[in-house]
Amino acid sequence: MIEIKNLHKGFGGEEILKGIDYVFETGKTNLVIGQSGSGKSVLLKCMLGLFKPEEGTIEYDGTAYSSFTDEEQRELRKEVGMLFQGGALFDSMTVEENVMFPLRMFTKQRKRELKTRVAEVLKRVNLDGNENKYPAEISGGMQKRVAIARAIVNKPKYLFCDEPNSGLDPTTATIIDKLIQELTRENNITTVIITHDMNSVLEIGENIAFLKDGVLAWKGDKSQIFKTEDKTVTDFVYSSDLFKKVRDAQLKGY
Amino acid sequence: MSYVHSIGEYFLMIKGVFGRMTKRSVLKELIFKEIDELIIGSLGIVAFISFFIGGVVAIQTALNLNNPLIPKTLIAFAARQSIILEFAPTFISIIMAGKVGSFITSSIGSMRVTEQIDALEVMGINSLNYLIFPKIIAMLTYPFVIAISMFLGIIGAYAAAVFGGFVGNDLFLTGLQDGFEGFHIVYAFIKTFIFAMILATIPAYHGYYMKGGALEVGHASTTAFVWTSVVLIITNYIVTQLLLS
Ligand SMILES: Nc1ncnc2c1ncn2[C@@H]1O[C@H](COP(=O)(O)OP(=O)(O)O)[C@@H](O)[C@H]1O
Ligand SMILES: [Mg+2]
Repeated sequence: MIEIKNLHKGFGGEEILKGIDYVFETGKTNLVIGQSGSGKSVLLKCMLGLFKPEEGTIEYDGTAYSSFTDEEQRELRKEVGMLFQGGALFDSMTVEENVMFPLRMFTKQRKRELKTRVAEVLKRVNLDGNENKYPAEISGGMQKRVAIARAIVNKPKYLFCDEPNSGLDPTTATIIDKLIQELTRENNITTVIITHDMNSVLEIGENIAFLKDGVLAWKGDKSQIFKTEDKTVTDFVYSSDLFKKVRDAQLKGY
Repeated sequence: MSYVHSIGEYFLMIKGVFGRMTKRSVLKELIFKEIDELIIGSLGIVAFISFFIGGVVAIQTALNLNNPLIPKTLIAFAARQSIILEFAPTFISIIMAGKVGSFITSSIGSMRVTEQIDALEVMGINSLNYLIFPKIIAMLTYPFVIAISMFLGIIGAYAAAVFGGFVGNDLFLTGLQDGFEGFHIVYAFIKTFIFAMILATIPAYHGYYMKGGALEVGHASTTAFVWTSVVLIITNYIVTQLLLS
């Protein structure tokens, strides 16, 4: 569980996050949604400790991040998996080397044990047989799955995903979303997903936090978000014609 | 004002590079990879340029020797002096600013724009140390490149002067040993060492702190080349003033 309390963060006098309170639950996919520029990535970077908030706390299972020593922060980072928007695979390394990287850095296992674990994780994301390919040689969807494999190989307690399905076709995007949800459940991970994709909300929105202009404008789950009357939410959710038509059809009772 | 900022940022970067160290076994691998890419990968072009420029220096000197009072030994003497003092250490370093420098900027820069550096930081790795330290260590072997350049430059001068019929074998070898000062070699290698550090760190700075996308990576490489060359030339001037005058 990650709990943020009264989080404030600004840049050069402009406040981007204006006091956010939220609880990200363990074993669930927690989605943070909102328009581009609403501060989703800033929130994520504050949680990762890459930005220092001006005010407020971020508690990892009850302990405030700011109270950790440098050493403890590094220890915490070993429990964190991060899936970057573009995958951020190391392009000088093969698929296997990419996935093995966190293990090589942080564990003292032998090469054979490392290979076994990597093979296991690659199989889990349906990429066995691609060990020796380079990121440039595989498709965008496969790169994302390698990135997921790298993020979970060290059995993290917390998983952060920044727009995990941007740049993917809808079918592949759904596969990625489902994979993240399954892994979250299997391993009881606290997963935070940043997205502006309503399909993801529909698929895996177990907890949803809606950010608008730096404040938490709404929270709930996927069944609630399609019923709410809250105008700030409906403006966002039904900004796409497809979702408007779906809603109209539902209202007409189809 | 922004120059002051950049200079400050550059020195903070150097401090960061020597901060928390990456796991030893990983670092060792990275250093060998960098030696292969930065040093071994440059030997071909350095050998080629050195041999032919050495030849041209000898021919130019020979062609300008019209006064019968000036001995023909000057051909080898002049070639040796210009190759050892300036051509090998300075001119080759400018070439390397283009070859090695732009490679360093673009490889670190593309890691920046594709969030690979963020990925390292999120894992709790000191990305400055991971990316730049191995390059600095690899560049410690750069004086070998310059030694090879000196050697091949003189061979090139010999080939052009002797086989080209400008001077005989004996006169060339006499000229080559004329007024030889050991300190010139020391001077040349002191500057080579300083140039190596410049070649590793200034391009790295431009890559590491770049912002934007793929287009900006190309732009950063060009800027890095210009700045690396400028700093090399100024450093050359200062070191020469301090050591030789
Ligand atoms: N490092 C930074 N320095 C200054 N401003 C920033 C920085 N990072 C983000 N911002 C600003 O914060 C706002 C929110 O950005 P971001 O969190 O990236 O939005 P998004 O919700 O699309 O992820 C934007 O106006 C952006 O310009
Ligand atoms: Mg964003």
